[in-house]
Amino acid sequence: MSAAAEHSVPSSVKIAPPPVELERQPLVLHNRSIGWISDHIAGICEGDAPKWWLPALIFSVSLLTMMGACIAYLIVSGVGVWGLNQPVAWAWDITNFVFWIGIGHAGTLISAILFLLRQKWRTSVNRAAEAMTLFAVACAGIFPLIHVGRIWYALWWLPPIPNNYDIWPQFRSPLLWDVFAVSTYGTVSLLFWYTGLIPDLATMRDRATSKVKKFLYGFFAFGWTGSNRHWSNYEKAYLLLAGLSTPLVLSVHSIVSFDFAVSQLPGWHTTIFPPYFVAGAVFSGFGMVLTLLIPLRTLCKLEDIVTVRHVELMCKVILATGSIVGYAYGMEFFIAWYGGNPYELAAFKNRAFGPYWWSYWWMISCNVICPHLFWFKKLRENMVFVFIVSIFVNIGMWFERFVIIVTSLHRDYLPSSWGYFRPTWVDVCTFVGSFGLFMTLFLLFMRYLPMIAISEVKGVTPQADAHHPLGGAKHGGHH
Amino acid sequence: MNAYGLMAVFETPADAIHAAEKVRDAGYSKWDVHTPFPVHGMDAAMGLPNSKVGWFTFLGGVTGYTSGMLMIWWMNAYDYKIVIGGKPMFSPFFSFPVSYELTILLASFGSLIGMFLLNRLPRLHHPLLKNRKFCAGATHDKFILVIETADPKFNDQETRKLLASAGSKHIELVED
Repeated sequence: MSAAAEHSVPSSVKIAPPPVELERQPLVLHNRSIGWISDHIAGICEGDAPKWWLPALIFSVSLLTMMGACIAYLIVSGVGVWGLNQPVAWAWDITNFVFWIGIGHAGTLISAILFLLRQKWRTSVNRAAEAMTLFAVACAGIFPLIHVGRIWYALWWLPPIPNNYDIWPQFRSPLLWDVFAVSTYGTVSLLFWYTGLIPDLATMRDRATSKVKKFLYGFFAFGWTGSNRHWSNYEKAYLLLAGLSTPLVLSVHSIVSFDFAVSQLPGWHTTIFPPYFVAGAVFSGFGMVLTLLIPLRTLCKLEDIVTVRHVELMCKVILATGSIVGYAYGMEFFIAWYGGNPYELAAFKNRAFGPYWWSYWWMISCNVICPHLFWFKKLRENMVFVFIVSIFVNIGMWFERFVIIVTSLHRDYLPSSWGYFRPTWVDVCTFVGSFGLFMTLFLLFMRYLPMIAISEVKGVTPQADAHHPLGGAKHGGHH
Repeated sequence: MNAYGLMAVFETPADAIHAAEKVRDAGYSKWDVHTPFPVHGMDAAMGLPNSKVGWFTFLGGVTGYTSGMLMIWWMNAYDYKIVIGGKPMFSPFFSFPVSYELTILLASFGSLIGMFLLNRLPRLHHPLLKNRKFCAGATHDKFILVIETADPKFNDQETRKLLASAGSKHIELVED
């Protein structure tokens, strides 16, 4: 095929920009140039830190230190310092684990599933959301690790290593599946995030003014030169990683739900758990993405890149997944009655009207009622309102896990073993401290790495499109 | 003084694509276009075949699945049999979740390693990265076409003429 054949349309044919009414709302506002995008995003990591950054970091590190102290106290004294005991053997620890791991899911959804669905708006939020995934998985990993008591034995039941009787871990247990699911999820999320970072690290390297920065960014950019022969393999690898992360993210929370669903306990033993957990995870994760990005877009002056339209689209995802979660709550109750198992029905009546009724109604108001406010466009476009709702979504999803775990456990088959769980100060401080770890990691990330995928945002502007007049298109017929 | 290649700077993706088509049709083989983001249509303009990364992914995935199944069978049904609730010693069903996760894990590593191998990366030194003009543009907002001197068709005068005719305002010889 020759160039002449490709350009069969005479060069006198001028390409007019698409009519205004057909043009989609741009993803980057004010028609910013490609150079502006790298200057603006990389600018967040260059120069002096904004005034609020250091106080925020000090606050987060103190919370993190509090968690460290609590964990040290727990390890030295034993799990008795927490409020859990028979019959509620899992309480805040596993609630926090499921809460954090669920938050991570939005990052993978944005980076992988929306990529496969060709949702171009993902480019403005995927980097921060993927970082959020990694940090949330780090927070999640802590809780199952420390809840076992003697954590120095962890080496024997995490990787398949035989114990002192030469017995291998047994693979019929969902708890072991969970180990593989969560560690694969953490690793693949890291690979995916890092792959996306490579071109941007090269941008940072080429902009760096100090020798140390140039060396460090250059070292981690692996010698990226933006070569198109490299981009060709890179884009294929990125597509494949997205294709692999999609079934992965669906499997991770399904397997987390197996921890409960495979047991015989009324309230846990249900087949709806895998899809219900995945929808809930995406719902909570988008809540957290909004909680992080709404203040950041103002503080870092990113309104042209993370636009109101981006926030609005994320509100729609919250509305959709929130509705799935609401449907799942209803269906659980229906099946508890329709299934004809008196224990199952008793467990569900007890959830809504038993001693933990308050947690159930917290969950319902935050997860079922709150998201439906997003049917109104006016409310989806009100940043303060969206921020407040996103916090309620986070609270509601924490309560969902609390409800599932604690209300199912506190009523055993034998009424003599019934109990009521109350958290201790160590429970509370460890959980609050985990936000310190999350925020510390996120603050360091936004200060030293490009918080928005520079090369990907450039790629969705009209200036990047060789067929658009802004991208330099002069005449038609080009393929 | 050895020269690495001739570099031509373009301002828009469309200009770069047209230049790439010209260079491709002129029959050059050792050349490349450096862009701040993947330019849609550039692979065809350069005449690049489909990337081979997928084979590495496939290899990784197959390794992950088989090693998962074999590991579980060997540990729980061969090396140290344990009866749990009268369930079979080995079944592909309970082994599936772990093997599935290992499939994805190794396929992801396969994709990434495949990408690096095919790209001959990591590479900590490159003649182009010593050029100021290149560094200020290729990862920022310029589209830079480079034809290596090692190309059998390379001729300082002719190649320069070709790049100028493609519309580049800045053509420069890059030192090695």
